[in-house]
Amino acid sequence: MAKKFFDHGKIERNVTLLLVLALVTVAIGGIVEIAPLFWIDSTVEKVQGMRPYTPLEQAGRNIYIREGCYNCHSQMIRPFRDEVERYGHYSLAAESMYDHPFQWGSKRTGPDLARVGDRYSDEWHVQHLTDPRSVVPGSIMPPYAFLKDRKLDGRQLDDHLRALRHVGVPYTDADIASAVDDAVAQADPDADAAGLKARYPKAQARDFDGDPKRVTEMDALVAYLQMLGTLVDTKSAEPMEKPR
Amino acid sequence: MNQVKVTMDTVMIKAGGWAVAIMLSVAGAACAVDSGFAAQMWILAAAALIGLCVTLARTDYDAVFGIVERAKPTGYYDDVIRWGVVATVFWGIVGMLVGVYIALQLAFPQLNLGLEYTTFGRLRPLHTSAVIFAFCGNALIASSFWVVQRTCRARLAFVPLANFVFWGYQLFIVLAATGYMLGITEGKEYAEPEWYADIWLTIVWVSYLAVYLGTIVKRSEPHIYVANWFYLSFIITIAMLHLVNNLSIPVSLFGSKSYSAFAGVQDALTQWWYGHNAVGFFLTAGFLGMMYYFVPKQAERPVYSYRLSIVHFWSLIFLYIWAGPHHLHYTALPDWAQTLGAVFSVMLWMPSWGGMINGLMTLNGAWDKVRTDPIIRMMVLALAFYGMSTFEGPMMSIKTVNSLSHYTDWTIGHVHSGALGWNGMITFATIYFLVPRLWSRTRMYSLRMINWHFWTATLGIVLYVSSMWVAGIMQGLMWREYGQDGYLVYAFIDVVTAMKPYYLIRAAGGLLYLSGSVIMAWNVYQTIRGRLRDEAPLGSTSYNPALDHPLQPRAA
Repeated sequence: MAKKFFDHGKIERNVTLLLVLALVTVAIGGIVEIAPLFWIDSTVEKVQGMRPYTPLEQAGRNIYIREGCYNCHSQMIRPFRDEVERYGHYSLAAESMYDHPFQWGSKRTGPDLARVGDRYSDEWHVQHLTDPRSVVPGSIMPPYAFLKDRKLDGRQLDDHLRALRHVGVPYTDADIASAVDDAVAQADPDADAAGLKARYPKAQARDFDGDPKRVTEMDALVAYLQMLGTLVDTKSAEPMEKPR
Repeated sequence: MNQVKVTMDTVMIKAGGWAVAIMLSVAGAACAVDSGFAAQMWILAAAALIGLCVTLARTDYDAVFGIVERAKPTGYYDDVIRWGVVATVFWGIVGMLVGVYIALQLAFPQLNLGLEYTTFGRLRPLHTSAVIFAFCGNALIASSFWVVQRTCRARLAFVPLANFVFWGYQLFIVLAATGYMLGITEGKEYAEPEWYADIWLTIVWVSYLAVYLGTIVKRSEPHIYVANWFYLSFIITIAMLHLVNNLSIPVSLFGSKSYSAFAGVQDALTQWWYGHNAVGFFLTAGFLGMMYYFVPKQAERPVYSYRLSIVHFWSLIFLYIWAGPHHLHYTALPDWAQTLGAVFSVMLWMPSWGGMINGLMTLNGAWDKVRTDPIIRMMVLALAFYGMSTFEGPMMSIKTVNSLSHYTDWTIGHVHSGALGWNGMITFATIYFLVPRLWSRTRMYSLRMINWHFWTATLGIVLYVSSMWVAGIMQGLMWREYGQDGYLVYAFIDVVTAMKPYYLIRAAGGLLYLSGSVIMAWNVYQTIRGRLRDEAPLGSTSYNPALDHPLQPRAA
């Protein structure tokens, strides 16, 4: 019998060989697909207007994650006529460049939220989150009334911003130093929000939850929802969308 | 040399270790910056306390004080497998129960109860983790320990470490599950546990690899059987995926919150590289390992093709890894990555069917058993569903199909045809194979109950999958429906309300599937108790000797 060109029996008798070959085989795909995303510049095209989240928005985002909103809501509008008409301009890569973790979602039990900001009033959001069916009959969303009653625990927000800086969000020392105050300034109508607005352009500062006396989790979540998709002026991104 | 040596020192060191663990956990709870982390530390303290009590209660004091001498055990180490089988049944019922509950929440939102702990958003990760990691994970660990010992003809290596793998894994499950209800999550699907639970799982997983490899290294058989290739690739790939996808920076060492090392596009692809291969290696490669041992054993036939198993093993593990981007079609992920993901997903169809064919053809010459042996029937159905979902998956990865199916309940139907049909059925068959052997019984308590389990589960899957197909396609079509006037016809809420009947059918299907598992739990419980149900055997034609005689001639 002719000598076999390749004898698989060798691999079956040597566990080290089997282990190494299997590891190499499974590593290739990820390396080829994922690694280039970190150095190909066009992966995240630069657009005007993107900035890191304000401390209050970041706190709201953490509540969004904590409650598992991503299980039913996407934040990724695909470039189809119906989606663009329903939700707004399709999502750009840069719009989630400061999202640790990303929240694109994979399921739309409820509608996409990538551009929900400025679409409804604060009162609508508070009412909707408190009792969804009171404003959207037929909705199957759970109620989140408890957010209104819970004071936002913002004491560690500077630590949060510091951790985010470690993973690449460009917060300055000044941003971190004033993180706790900025969170209060954004939701307290009596506070001076000038510093906040200078640090975070387009930041919306007002009482969000209808209770000006204290900063609640509802304030944070509504502040986050109201800024979603509002930072980038999609008109100015148009030149980038032309075929090259 | 052939005696177990347990000294009082070892007992003291163990007990001291538990005491230190309790103190560290309590200290962690005291320093905690958020209440969720404190709660998790108390759970750790409670676990360590249980460990301490069990250590002290179960020590063989006669051996410690030299009153008797115990011989070193030489047989296969099956205790950990017995616990694993019980844990599989237990977590299966928990996971499916939560599944039925959240399915009903979608039809009746009042079931969210207005409590933060019981909202759909917090319970859905509990359901997915309970069925994937707790139910399937325990089935994988238990069955792999059985298979590796039998196919290597060697006792499990590092027995205490194997015990640690089992109990450490249960602790991980409890930490993750309670964490979700407390709102502790990384917010990445199927990778929700936070940084400290991730570190713990890494330790457990490396120990698992050590036990598995150690047993293979000391094998008496020259060849490593094909089932072990699959189990091994599952263990190392999950380690790789887990480590990379969970890279994150904790805000505080005494807090539960951490931030993912990656953001946006990169985070998305890393997550779906992980997410898709949790399917590819946890729910496919590992379960193929199960298939390659238990199907030939139950059918009492050799594996159909050795060559096919080589070809489909290497092509499966190579191709699967590339398929992640099909979860991100038409998103902000670069187009080249999407296309690459789609192409490899379509190619993946072939090795997947290679596995199905190798499994089904193994039954050549034993097909009659499908009629008489409900365990074989479960295996055949599992392979059929494996084939169906691995055809459906590549199809849904085609970008045009995906533009309709993505974000809809079609995806949910697809994963459940795989999870309920393939993973569930092959796990049930494995449990029915293992339980009588592990507890030295002649057979399961009742074969007819296995038959009932088979049919309730099958009917449940049919209801589940078909309702979600119809619902998902309807949803996708309604979202993109334009009227004569050029406007979108349906508001989003119209689509939500149209889903209600399908959500109800799905919940009914899930309930049927759950009932099947409850029947299994009863059957397993009775078998362990040593009972045999007095019942007519399956598949035998009835014979009544009293009627077996010539008729008497009748008077005219």
